[in-house]
Amino acid sequence: MLEFSILLPALLNGLTIGAVYALVALGLTLIYGVLHIINFAHGSMLMLALYGVFFLHALFGIDPYVSLLIVPPALFVLGYALQRGVIGRASHGKDENILLVTLGLAIVMDNLALYFWKADTRTIDTPYGFDTVDLGIATIAVPKAVAFVAALLICCALWLLMARTDLCKAIRALAKERQGAQLVGINVPHLFAMSFGIGAACVGAAACLLLPSFYVAPDVGQVFVLIAFTVVVLGGMGSFAGALIGGMIIGVTESIGGLFLGESLGQLGIFVIFIAVLLFRPTGLLGHRA
Amino acid sequence: MLEVGGLRSGYGGLDVLRGIDMQVGDKEIVAVLGANGAGKSTLNNTICGIVAPYEGKVRFAGSDITGKAAHDIVAAGLIQVPEGRRIFPNMTVRENLELGSYRRAKPRRVANMERVVAIFPRLKERFAQKAGTLSGGEQQMLAIGRGLMAEPRLLILDEPSLGLSPLLVEGMFALIARINAEGLAIVLVEQNVMQSLSIAHRAYVIENGRVTLSGAAAELMQNAELKRSYLGM
Repeated sequence: MLEFSILLPALLNGLTIGAVYALVALGLTLIYGVLHIINFAHGSMLMLALYGVFFLHALFGIDPYVSLLIVPPALFVLGYALQRGVIGRASHGKDENILLVTLGLAIVMDNLALYFWKADTRTIDTPYGFDTVDLGIATIAVPKAVAFVAALLICCALWLLMARTDLCKAIRALAKERQGAQLVGINVPHLFAMSFGIGAACVGAAACLLLPSFYVAPDVGQVFVLIAFTVVVLGGMGSFAGALIGGMIIGVTESIGGLFLGESLGQLGIFVIFIAVLLFRPTGLLGHRA
Repeated sequence: MLEVGGLRSGYGGLDVLRGIDMQVGDKEIVAVLGANGAGKSTLNNTICGIVAPYEGKVRFAGSDITGKAAHDIVAAGLIQVPEGRRIFPNMTVRENLELGSYRRAKPRRVANMERVVAIFPRLKERFAQKAGTLSGGEQQMLAIGRGLMAEPRLLILDEPSLGLSPLLVEGMFALIARINAEGLAIVLVEQNVMQSLSIAHRAYVIENGRVTLSGAAAELMQNAELKRSYLGM
């Protein structure tokens, strides 16, 4: 049996990365919940956001955490424009078309990134990149601790926003009852784009929290999109709390799995869980029956 | 208040409405009657901007609203309470009512909500409950209440009596007459011919996407053809 002193840091590590997975998954689940589509471009938007954070740091010396004020709003605009200008238009109201359009967008974005920025893996240096905090029971890298706390705060803020504001009530209404939503005067194309924008902003925030301890490359999105998808399925499609809990479970599974099976096989457990959920509880932990 | 002229619309190039003309005056209840599949709901949805018209004009309160977006038509004060209620099942009764004033009358949301629960005290008891868990009659009350939250200038009620018990149906018609007596113009779309005619001022009978009969409600009630086609008399 492994020692507690090894297991505990692995667990904490898993929770920190899990919070960021949750943030990425939150965007995905929001878009799924309202538009009823899987946004295959989600990972590519994360990739673009990571490059955004990277270049803001490399060219202007802007700290990734300061980028939280810049990148999420920029991603919101990108998401809004993509939905309103490309996805909504090209799909002609058919769900299967939306799916293909987002997949196509992902391929275009990934390859444009490859063309302009080459396949190099890039990282940034921050003064606090290798700092640690001592929690008494274990030590944890500062960027990861920050990512954990900030991701949780952003998730909670979004949750409160969803419960309180008219805009978010309208999004929830639209998710279940499109015609009813139209009849109370909800502007459907606008709100679809708003949801897409908010989902993209989540990814933008995740990018700011990730980069101090992660890397960016044109295919980095693929790493996340599959995991985020697993998180969403595990938590329950369209469920906010589900995305949060699912993110933590997946993060810990990956981290502990890496400990026992080695880094490269660490993700094995994630997909074992994925298949098990599909077999035994296809609606996910907190999902509603269709 | 509402003028519809030569309205043609449908789905995927197929005509459901083949040229409808109708008018609704201030403070009137106008019944739109017809069997299943006659085009009643398509007419509502075309007026409300959910289905795009192929041809014809819709004027509301003096301005042309033909082909306008549904949310702009709501903003103008033309509110539809649709067939099947279309309430938000995942949200509470209170949230449903709040969203009724999403586009219109938002500053007077609190006052209007008080007014709505005064009309439907039952909704007050169910305030924190998810709308999807309400009974059929309560859902219909909620749908109408949500419509009233927008301070409609014209309210279109599509099959408000559908799925209600006979006693509730009677209460529903009495309520519609009461709301109208306060000055609200109403278009009442119904299969329930005699009860609708008893509270309406005028009526249109639609068959196969065309108006086949129209006139004062009292006269239509005596119409032999109407009795034959709808009451088997």
